[in-house]
Amino acid sequence: MNKKKNQWKAWLYLLPALVVLGVFTVWPIINTLRMGFLEGYNSAGERLGQPFSFGFANFTSVIGYSEFTTCLGNTLLLTVVTVPISTMLALLIAVALNSIKPLKKFFQTIFFLPYVTNSIAIGMVFMAMFSMIGVMPGREPMSIGIINTIIEAFGGTRIDWVNQTSGWGANFFVLVVFIVWNALPFKILVLLGGLQNVDKQYYDAAKVDGASRWRIFWRVTVPLLSPMIAYVVITGFIGGFKEYNSIIGIFGDTMGPNTQQGKWNTMVGYIIQNVSGFQGRASAAAIILFAIIFAVTLINLYVSKKKVHY
Amino acid sequence: MSDEIKKLNENDASSEAEKKPEGEVLGGKDEIAATAKRQTVKKVLVQIGLYTFLTVMAVVVLFPFYWMLISSVKTQAEYNAYNPSLWPRQFIWQNYKGLFVDVHENGIVIEGVADQLNLGTLFLNTVLVGVVSTILSLIVTVLSAYAFARLEFKGKNVLFALMLATMMIPGELFTITNYVTVGSSGLGWVSHSAAEQVTTGESFRAFLALVVPFLVSVFYIYLLRQNFMQIPNELYLAAKVDGTSDLKYLWKVMIPLSAPTLISITILKMMGAWNSYVWPNLVAGEAFKLVTVGLRGAAFKTNELINYPLQMAAVVLVTLPLLIVFIFFRKYIMRGVSRSGIKG
Repeated sequence: MNKKKNQWKAWLYLLPALVVLGVFTVWPIINTLRMGFLEGYNSAGERLGQPFSFGFANFTSVIGYSEFTTCLGNTLLLTVVTVPISTMLALLIAVALNSIKPLKKFFQTIFFLPYVTNSIAIGMVFMAMFSMIGVMPGREPMSIGIINTIIEAFGGTRIDWVNQTSGWGANFFVLVVFIVWNALPFKILVLLGGLQNVDKQYYDAAKVDGASRWRIFWRVTVPLLSPMIAYVVITGFIGGFKEYNSIIGIFGDTMGPNTQQGKWNTMVGYIIQNVSGFQGRASAAAIILFAIIFAVTLINLYVSKKKVHY
Repeated sequence: MSDEIKKLNENDASSEAEKKPEGEVLGGKDEIAATAKRQTVKKVLVQIGLYTFLTVMAVVVLFPFYWMLISSVKTQAEYNAYNPSLWPRQFIWQNYKGLFVDVHENGIVIEGVADQLNLGTLFLNTVLVGVVSTILSLIVTVLSAYAFARLEFKGKNVLFALMLATMMIPGELFTITNYVTVGSSGLGWVSHSAAEQVTTGESFRAFLALVVPFLVSVFYIYLLRQNFMQIPNELYLAAKVDGTSDLKYLWKVMIPLSAPTLISITILKMMGAWNSYVWPNLVAGEAFKLVTVGLRGAAFKTNELINYPLQMAAVVLVTLPLLIVFIFFRKYIMRGVSRSGIKG
């Protein structure tokens, strides 16, 4: 009797969560698949009774758009470049933090700070730092900005990083710097947590054997830390494929320098642009995004199964 | 400070040197001393290298914060100098004033973004969304986690596994359908076309569209369930013997015992509201503007040029609450974050 009563009660406890999940998670999964495979689908048309046939047209047309391929290329490139850089840098910082005693907490707090900021707001700061003011082709700008000032102080020449005349490479550099800056805190936190759990015995043993610091790093630290490294790489890739806020932070919703709209648009940006009018295309793009994330996660898991020790 | 490190290392090195003679019978006393000295020097050099590296990285990490703060108290003229200065020649507070009070001339705003940005309303809206969605989501999360941790029912494990599986799907995939769902052909919370009449209660319905879709986080349910399961069953049985009801037990025993997790969830949820951009920008727009949307959308222009000091003042005010929360709840944030890997 008691058991039956509990059954009923359990579902009552779960009811609010299941209702919200049903409407805003389960239904979207079904409906997005449906919209993706209905050729040329849009919700306004469906309301008016427009028929849509089943097929792959959304996928083939999306892949054919140069807009979309730009987004896909930007997303892949930014991810493939920023994830290894931020992981390597975070690993170095974590190991350095783990080898010092005084001021450790202080440095740890500083390195975590970027995490607790609004990434769009701080993107605007990066924009301000790299931006020149009053840029006109063929004329001296009014202000060259702080980063260019620092570059010139060290004897370099100024570059238009993000303004009207900026090139692809300069934009890319700024985005990579900002994305890495943003990605560091989480990775440092996880890797340092992993390092602190490593048994000191391994290091003592390596020291007794007379191993050099470099050798200890590659032969003891990295293997022992490999589960954590795999974790930050996987989450890094997933986050990277969903990149959107960093571009918004730097460039605003033009997704590129003022005169070059959409230059740095990403997969998520493409989906969001098509949400209001072309749900079929947006769904196809979202399904492709999911497929990429799923595939990369599987590859990562496969590689880490082979490489991750214990 | 560096003396301190040196001392520490010397202690380390000397203790090693003391142990050595047992192993190295052949080495003379002088040789041992020389080796010890070489090791000490090397250790000090490594420590200096580590601190230098960390300091350089810390400067890189902190510089944007510094630039934001310092720019917000500069005059526009000073900021726009060919080579902007690293330290303001003149500190002014007008930029902060300009966020809340406009200077008019012939009925046109010539300075300030108060009217355009409406920072007070943005803050209020965001706090409202944050607080309401946090409270509701805590209630839903606690109830579900309790059911999964303590109650027995058919299909429990299958349901839980299915819920966890949805975590793998990127949220953007939900956004497309949810956009349609909250629109006029669905729940009617948001009108997507400008042609549709703006009706009374529009902001309340936009508010619903901001809060309801994100009430349930499978990850938080998972986190809390793990926490609940660590509480020994004996406590529950003892409470049953005493005739305590399930809800009372949940409220009096389980919730207090899982307070740290609940605090982590609260903070991450509040931060999420503060930082959210995509969804509010898509569905709420002018009807219920949140702080990040307003900040990014405002044009900070004075005399046809972007007024960066004014913009930076706004950025400071948006960033500051987060930093204050971080200072007070550092432990909870870092704990929650290291387990989730999600931002907001």
